[in-house]
Amino acid sequence: MYIILVGGGKLGYHLAKTLLAEGHEVLVIEKERNRIEYICGELGSICLLGDGCEATTLAEAGTARADMLIAVTGDDEDNLVACQVAKHKFKVPRTIARSSNPKNETLFRMLGIDVTVSSTNVIMEYIQQEVPTHILTHLLTIQDKGVEIVEIRIPADSRSLGKKIKDIILPPGSNLILVIRRDQKPQMATPDVAIQPGDQVIALTPTDTEEQLKAALMGK
Amino acid sequence: MKIVIMGCGRTGSQLATMLDAEGHQITMIDTNDYSFRRLPPDFKGTALVGDGTDNEILKKAGIEEADAFVAVTQGDNRNIMSAQIAKHIFKVPKVLLRIYDPLRRELYTNLGLETFSPTTIFAQLLKDNLLHRGQ
Repeated sequence: MYIILVGGGKLGYHLAKTLLAEGHEVLVIEKERNRIEYICGELGSICLLGDGCEATTLAEAGTARADMLIAVTGDDEDNLVACQVAKHKFKVPRTIARSSNPKNETLFRMLGIDVTVSSTNVIMEYIQQEVPTHILTHLLTIQDKGVEIVEIRIPADSRSLGKKIKDIILPPGSNLILVIRRDQKPQMATPDVAIQPGDQVIALTPTDTEEQLKAALMGK
Repeated sequence: MKIVIMGCGRTGSQLATMLDAEGHQITMIDTNDYSFRRLPPDFKGTALVGDGTDNEILKKAGIEEADAFVAVTQGDNRNIMSAQIAKHIFKVPKVLLRIYDPLRRELYTNLGLETFSPTTIFAQLLKDNLLHRGQ
């Protein structure tokens, strides 16, 4: 795939490195000459000096034949505009924007950006996973399918303790995938596995059924 | 009219001054409170420090009841983002914005925003004066 990255900061650099290693054709658009020199020194001639929000720069970058544009500058408004220009002027099939302000996720989706990754939310979620009092943690949202993968820690007073997975009534569309138990290998959540306190259960659930899922598994 | 203006630079402050004098209810938003020095001492409107691309600040500025929103900061992209918030989220009836870059302006005009490019307008003005005046 031909992937254009707008923004050659730390995130842009590491993303470019990963995508190159996966065999993609990558171009990084960056305003600062210093960053360009650094990235080209490390990864080869994969940079273009310019403003990724400008149509002329994007035209020079061959954006019309790009399969994807990922905007990862530190400024939400720049990421939004880069994606909108790519989408509406160059018809790029898939645009991904980074947003620092979690509130912008909804806005960006409304304005036609295919995927918005809120770096703040991602970091918060990782921290939440390490906070033991937190019962439900989001692991991954699959936006265009309307589902998410969550982790639930079963507390000692859950009403599903001892119940087999096949006997737990889950909200429609929800599935338990994996049960992770202390000192054991993770096991598939097959119908006969019985829930124990302290289990970490990984589940796939429609985005709006999170509370019902929590109730089904914890139900006090 | 109740008007929210984002960006209290030369353009924003002059617009605010004129509208304020005509009795409109103006709220200015700027990230730097030093910019508000450009407003006249008898300015009757409100000056709010904050980032106009943030929904909460816009709400504080009264965007929900505003009749119009004008985005005239120095940053094209900031103007574009806040104008889209005003138009699509808060459904402000009249939204105007400045975009210096003519190409970006063309795109967002096609997307339904009411945009103005001082670059294009001024270049045209200079050309007209060069070629037609005093002939």
